[in-house]
Amino acid sequence: MKIAVIEPDPDRARDIIDALMEGGWTDVVVLGDVTGLARKLAALDPDLVLIDLANPSRDALEQVSVASAAQSRPVAMFVDRSDDEMTQAAVTAGLSAYVVGELQPERIKPVLQTAIARFQMMSQMRNELEAAKQALADRKTVDRAKGMIMRAKGVSEEDAYALLRKTAMSQNRKVIDVAQALLTASDLLS
Amino acid sequence: MSITRLNCGYVPLVDSAPLIVAQELSFAADEGLSLNLLRQPSWAALRDLLALGHLDVTHMLAPMPIAMSLGLSGPVAQIDALMVLSVNGTVIGVSNAMAASMRDKGWPGGFSSPKDTVGPLLSALDRPLRVGVPFPYSMHRLLFEYWIGHSGHALPTDIHIITTPPPLMADAVAADEIDVFCVGEPWGSVAVANNVGELILPGTAIWAHAPEKVLAARHDWVEEHTSTVGALMRAVARAAAWLDVPKNRPLAIEILARSAHLDLPHAALDHALMGRFATQLGAAPVDVPGFLRFHDRAANFPWRSQAAWIGAEIARLAGMDRDHAISVAQNTMRPDSYRQHLGPMGIDMPGASAKIEGALTNPVAVASTRGEMILGPDAFFDGATFDFTALE
Repeated sequence: MKIAVIEPDPDRARDIIDALMEGGWTDVVVLGDVTGLARKLAALDPDLVLIDLANPSRDALEQVSVASAAQSRPVAMFVDRSDDEMTQAAVTAGLSAYVVGELQPERIKPVLQTAIARFQMMSQMRNELEAAKQALADRKTVDRAKGMIMRAKGVSEEDAYALLRKTAMSQNRKVIDVAQALLTASDLLS
Repeated sequence: MSITRLNCGYVPLVDSAPLIVAQELSFAADEGLSLNLLRQPSWAALRDLLALGHLDVTHMLAPMPIAMSLGLSGPVAQIDALMVLSVNGTVIGVSNAMAASMRDKGWPGGFSSPKDTVGPLLSALDRPLRVGVPFPYSMHRLLFEYWIGHSGHALPTDIHIITTPPPLMADAVAADEIDVFCVGEPWGSVAVANNVGELILPGTAIWAHAPEKVLAARHDWVEEHTSTVGALMRAVARAAAWLDVPKNRPLAIEILARSAHLDLPHAALDHALMGRFATQLGAAPVDVPGFLRFHDRAANFPWRSQAAWIGAEIARLAGMDRDHAISVAQNTMRPDSYRQHLGPMGIDMPGASAKIEGALTNPVAVASTRGEMILGPDAFFDGATFDFTALE
C-alpha cells in the first residue's frame, strides 16, 4: 500500500513516517509543498492520503481523481460508517484520511489507528510547546511591568510584584492582564 | 437569563459577517446566546466538524448542505439550511496571459457581459481550460458551469475544475496552475492587486440573486433545540439587517478586519462591502449593484426553489437522478422554521415558499405579510427561468 502524507512541517512529517514505518508500512511519500497538489498526487498514485484536519489545502483533495493505468480513481474522504468511534478519534486527533479508489476498510483501519495515535501525541506536544512559549512570554511581560513599577515608585522587586498581585485580585483579573495593561498604558503615554 | 453557548464555525470570508456581527454587536447576547466563533481552515474541516457534532452551527456554502444530504460530500449527515446568510458576492477572473489571449479573440473587456465574454474565454487557449473554484460544491462552480453550459457554444470536451483554497487563489494564478478563478471577495481583488489576474464578471452577471452562504446545522440538532434555533435566527437576522444599512458598512469593515476574525487589511474588504471593483491593476473602479446582499430583497429567506435549482445543477454534474436530487435539496431549506421564528419579530414574509427563479429583470413589489416586500432582480444571464412549482 502506498501512503502519501501531506505535511509542510518536515519534523512532523518525519514523525508520521517513523510511526508508519514502525507499523510495517514502508511505502510512504511526503508532500510538503501543496502547489499543484492534484497533479502531484496523480504522479505519485497513492492508495491512501493522510492530511492534517487543519491543513488549508484539504479542500483541494475533495474532488481530485488520480489517473493511473489509463483509469481514473476517485479520491474520497475515508468515513467508515460502521466505526463511528474511530472517525471521532481521528477528528479529535486532527487527522483526516482520503482513500484512492476502492481500498478495503479492513486494510485502512490499522494504518489509521497508527496515524491517529501519532497525531494525538503530536498535538499534545504542540499544545505543551504553545503553553511553554506563552508562559515564557507572560513572564517577560510581568518582569517588564515589575521593572516599571520599581523605577516609578522606588520599591523593591518583591513589593512591585505584590502590588501587581493586589491590583489583579481586587479587580478580579489575572496578573498578566494587569501587567499587559500597564505596559500598554505606558507605551501610549511615552 | 442563562446564556447558551454555541460552537459556531465559519471560514474567514467577507460573507461570514452576519455571524461575527451578531456576536460582536451583541445581537446574540440580546437573545441569551454567546457565539463561540471558531475560524476554520477549510470547508472540508468545517463540514466534518459539523457532521460529527463538534460544531453546532456554521456559515456554509449554499450547495454544501444539499451535497452532504445527498451523500456526495464527507460524512453523510442530514443538514438543514435555516436561512440564507448572504446573496451573491463572487467574482470570476482570468490570468493576465489568458486576458491577453481573450482580447486577441475579440473580447471587448468589461465586467458585465457574460454573452460577449464566453466565446473568447472558450477559444482563448488551445489546451483544456483550468478553472479554480473554492470547493467542488460551491455556487462559484455551479454558476461557472451554468454560464458555460448555457452559452450556446459547443462545450470543450474537458475543462479541469481545480479546487483551490481562496487565500491561495492568486498564488495559483501566479504559479500558472489555473487560467480562470471563481472566488469570493477579497480574494479576486487580491489577484488584481498582485497584478496576476483580471476580473471578467461578477457572479451577479450570471444569476442576479444567487444564494451564496447559508446558516447550517444538523437536522436532528435543529429539531431538538427549537428555542435556541429561534434565538440564533433572530440574532443573525438582526445582524444581517444591520449589515445592509449602507452607513454601517464602514464599522462592519472595522469589525471584520480584526485579527480574531478575518485578519485582513481594511482595503481588502472595501471592494465587496462597497460593491466597487478595479478589474485590472490601476483601472478606474466600476460599481456592481447588488454585489453582496445580507438582508434586503428577502435575501435571508430560504426559498425551496433556490435549493431545487442547486439540486438540479448538482444532479447534472454528479450524474444523479434529477428528481431525487431536487427532492432532497428542497428539504434542506427550512422556510417553515424561518416563518415560525422570524414572523413574530415582524420580518416580512412572502406568500409562497417557492418562486419562479430568474423571472425578475427588475425589482418588483410582491405579496407579503406586511406588504413591504420587494424582490429581484433575479434573472439568469440567458433569460431562462427555473419553475420549480411546475416540476411538482
